[in-house]
Amino acid sequence: MNLTYTILIPLIPLAVFLLLGIFNQKIKPSVSGYVGVFGLSISTILSLYTAYQYFFVSGKVNGVYQTFVEKTVWMNFTETLRIDMGVLLDPIAVMMLIVVSVVSLMVHIYSRGYMKEDEGYTKFFAFLSLFSFSMYGLVLATNLFQIYIFWELVGVSSYLLIGYYYTKDSAVAAAKKAFIVTRFADLGFLIGILIIGYYTGTYDFETLNNPEGNAILHWASNSFMGLSVITWALILIFVGGAGKSAMFPLHIWLPDAMEGPTPVSALIHAATMVVAGVYLVARMFPMYYFVEDSFTLHIVAYVGAFSSLFAAVIAITQTDIKRVLAYSTMSQLGYMMFALGVSGYEGHEGVGYMASMFHLFTHAMFKALLFLGAGSVIHAVHSNYLEDMGGLRKYMPITHITFLIATLAIAGVPPFAGFWSKDEILVAAFEQNTLIYVIGVFVAGLTAFYMFRIYFGIFWGKETAYEHTPHESPQSMTFPLIVLALLSIVGGFIPFSEFVTANKVGFEAHLNYPLAAIAIGVALIGIILAWVFYKKENDLADRFAKGFGVLYKWTANKFYVDELYLFITKKILFKRVATPIAKFEKKYVDGTMRGIGSKTVLTSEKIKGMQSGRVQDYAFAFIMGVVIIALIFIYIWTN
Amino acid sequence: MDILSLFLTVPIITVLVLFFTKGLQQIRLVSMMGSIIQLGMAIHLIFAYFNERAVNDSIMVFTKDIIWFKHLNIHYAIGVDGISVALLLLTAIVVLAGVFISWKIKDLPKEFFISLLVLSIGVYGFFISLDLFTMFVFFEIAVIPMYLLIGIWGSGPKEYSAMKLTLMLMGASAVLLVGILGIYFNSNADGGALTFNILEIAQVNIPVEAQKLFFPLTFIGFAVIGALFPFHTWSPDGHASAPTAVSMLHAGVLMKLGGYGVFRVAMYLLPEGTMHWSWIFIILSVIGVIYGAFAAIKQTDLKYINAYSSVSHLGLVLFALLMLNKTSWNGAILQSLSHGFMTALFFALIGMIYERTLTRNVTKLGGLLKVIPFISVVYVIGGLASLGLPGLSGFVAEMNIFVGAFQHEDMFYRVATIISVSAIVVTAVYILRVVGIMLMGPVKNNEFLSLSRVTWYEKTGILLLLIPIVGIGVAPLWLSDMILKSVQPFIEGVL
Repeated sequence: MNLTYTILIPLIPLAVFLLLGIFNQKIKPSVSGYVGVFGLSISTILSLYTAYQYFFVSGKVNGVYQTFVEKTVWMNFTETLRIDMGVLLDPIAVMMLIVVSVVSLMVHIYSRGYMKEDEGYTKFFAFLSLFSFSMYGLVLATNLFQIYIFWELVGVSSYLLIGYYYTKDSAVAAAKKAFIVTRFADLGFLIGILIIGYYTGTYDFETLNNPEGNAILHWASNSFMGLSVITWALILIFVGGAGKSAMFPLHIWLPDAMEGPTPVSALIHAATMVVAGVYLVARMFPMYYFVEDSFTLHIVAYVGAFSSLFAAVIAITQTDIKRVLAYSTMSQLGYMMFALGVSGYEGHEGVGYMASMFHLFTHAMFKALLFLGAGSVIHAVHSNYLEDMGGLRKYMPITHITFLIATLAIAGVPPFAGFWSKDEILVAAFEQNTLIYVIGVFVAGLTAFYMFRIYFGIFWGKETAYEHTPHESPQSMTFPLIVLALLSIVGGFIPFSEFVTANKVGFEAHLNYPLAAIAIGVALIGIILAWVFYKKENDLADRFAKGFGVLYKWTANKFYVDELYLFITKKILFKRVATPIAKFEKKYVDGTMRGIGSKTVLTSEKIKGMQSGRVQDYAFAFIMGVVIIALIFIYIWTN
Repeated sequence: MDILSLFLTVPIITVLVLFFTKGLQQIRLVSMMGSIIQLGMAIHLIFAYFNERAVNDSIMVFTKDIIWFKHLNIHYAIGVDGISVALLLLTAIVVLAGVFISWKIKDLPKEFFISLLVLSIGVYGFFISLDLFTMFVFFEIAVIPMYLLIGIWGSGPKEYSAMKLTLMLMGASAVLLVGILGIYFNSNADGGALTFNILEIAQVNIPVEAQKLFFPLTFIGFAVIGALFPFHTWSPDGHASAPTAVSMLHAGVLMKLGGYGVFRVAMYLLPEGTMHWSWIFIILSVIGVIYGAFAAIKQTDLKYINAYSSVSHLGLVLFALLMLNKTSWNGAILQSLSHGFMTALFFALIGMIYERTLTRNVTKLGGLLKVIPFISVVYVIGGLASLGLPGLSGFVAEMNIFVGAFQHEDMFYRVATIISVSAIVVTAVYILRVVGIMLMGPVKNNEFLSLSRVTWYEKTGILLLLIPIVGIGVAPLWLSDMILKSVQPFIEGVL
């Protein structure tokens, strides 16, 4: 397969970024929007063409999807260890190309309407392009170091875009928080990479992932504190992934990241960047699976399941619709994680892996749609809060219908996309781990409940007294909504198991009817409960909240995880480490040096009296000197 | 004249011409021309070096040896390898940027530029010397103008800072001189003549006892200027009081003499001493890395933040050198270069912000991104380079250091490495804190709304420093391979 043109997919957004970034002041805003959309359209066309070529023309040899790699040396560490830059095509990389391209293109188009009056319009498109470039680079990475490089770059694009409204203090704080929390997680990632590089002598995915390779067979037996060194590395790498994918307890940055413009939340914090952690585990799946009997995968599964439950519970009580969606994203990411965690490797055993990637794909579509729909609503009512909304279905028909489609999709109602992928995940969990299966089903019910809660709250219920009558958003914004809605309807019918599997051999997945029935039933219960509580104005919800008392309070306050972090950083790291160090520096380290200085001055003060300028003193000293020297000589001479 | 000696003669001629100039315009022009020629030579040297290296694989190329003082066997011996040519380029760029940044200097401009150029003579001489004694002389030439530059053109408690800086560095020089003389008087251990020539001494087996005695002296002597904890305290005060261009040159170039001297002299000539003492210096350098980063969090003066950040970053240089393998050494040199560009850039930007707002206190600043966008954006890029963002020079250097340091399986080394690696998080905290408070947020003071835009000479100075940061970060291969090859014989000499 000829790969030369795929390198253009990331390079075009990079060129757009440089163009818009350097000539920021000189380009007219209207032009910059077109440049951004145009650049990404080309990347999208190339991505779709690549996908067609890969999946249907030349990707498969003897029923197995091949991995194509093209790379060049970027930097040498030693004779064997180096960082390469290049592109790697395999089923998940190609699938991610489509996800990133489609969502990014839709967000670009949408932003032309949404950001229209913003003074930083050109800058916004520059940052979007920078992000798209970094995300493509991450997806196409051929080795651990390359993925780390682009991992950091998507992190910084996210930082810049969260802090886009940089005159707002809350946005600045949120941007900083996102960067530092993920940076902390990346520390684990980096140490994991260093361990792998040291023991296996390579960063290349192809070599590392080979089930018969050294990394898996040989080094996995080299143990440290009861676990193999490679397991340690995989755990640390997962920490990095958990940071990006907002897994508990590293999730605290994601809800705050909603300070960014809504299209950014749709692109970065719902569809693409946050799935990087899931993608990373999938990318290294053979290692996760084969090293020490999938020890690390169990951790992945439990962390994912817990995060998914934790976030779903919090989502119920939030009133900022973007925050509800943020927690929902975290919950769905947990779904993808535990699907990987319960997955096997070959054939139907590997259904979890396939389902995770499938869910990643469908989730990207409907979650981006939800965010863009929420953006359309926020654009109309100028508020993020549920209490400022209600009855909007009359004013915004397109937003309403598309939002409903996305809500049905995420709730897992057939035939919408989310149902199919979620069902496969539950099948995988059911076959491997009953506890996780139960959590998964329960979370599915919660998801249906909280999503319909905000759906009813926004589009039904009592109308708020609006200052300006809300109206439907312009075409540039509704067009992406419609496209994504269509994808959320048909996305579920893609026979994913034929294309994306752990061992790259397709298999046929069947609908498991009893399990599907349970899932649908739970979802319907959730929807009906939401209908009872929120369809019409009533105080049922408030009474329930009172009934739950402490539990409600803890949930509404997000279980005080943020406060715990604040305590650790402000009270311990700042007060107990940084401040004492600054004091220690002044008082002791610098103090000692100054002490030496002042002692010298003091000594010279004491002896300077000798230079009195009186001749008789000097004469006296002279004679004394002669006498002493004479005495010494006599002493030496006599002995 | 040979190509290397030109690095000394061009600044000397520039200084001589400066004596006869009249008026600010002429002074600027001459200094600028002189520095541009230096930069041209440094760039030419890189190409010349590659051509020479293709046919010549001795450790040092473009060597030349003239007897200077026969009785003590002191020579003017010069030569370069990939490491020195890279550092010469760094020096030339920072000097030129410094000239542009000092464009508007009002008091005694002639004397200022002369001192600046004399300082650069010392640095160039140091980097090309192969003779310990000559090297030491150039070291002193580089350090002494500092006293005048801070004492006369500085700000704040400038006399105190100038005195502190000079005394501490002089104290270190005294220790260093003892170390160098110790090496010299042992250089006949194998029966030859006493010599100061580095390459010749390297062939001699200096007695182990002497090595153990003189290594700490030589190491500390050099490392004080490389901000080794706890001998770093001259740096925050000194840099805070120094005028902008001097801070740039001092932090950007002079502090690099420390790391350079450590591996060229202390480690290369005293390998057994290195092995014997390295553990204690590893501890000190790791403390420096993490301590500097934490200390930077609590500072409010921009220059102090940058100075403590330097303690942290240069602690990493010493740490990398002590890890004793070629990857980490490559990282140490790259970090020296990267830090040189970055810190010079920071001091330049801080100077510009101070000139406009008349404060360096971050808590009094806010929202600068809106009023002086160019300076602010570059500050953000510099900050990202400093916290090791891929695509900028800091990342390239740090990764070499970490990968190199990870080559040791020993628990002590592992722990030291992991502590150093974790500094990347603390660095992110203090960088983003400044960016958040100073550049973002609402405009804090209405007077800021009328701040003047960046001028052409400021822009030129900034871009001169920014281009290498991005260049090294995006395409590190040629530079890192060049240094890696040059590091090889030295690391083999130590191991």
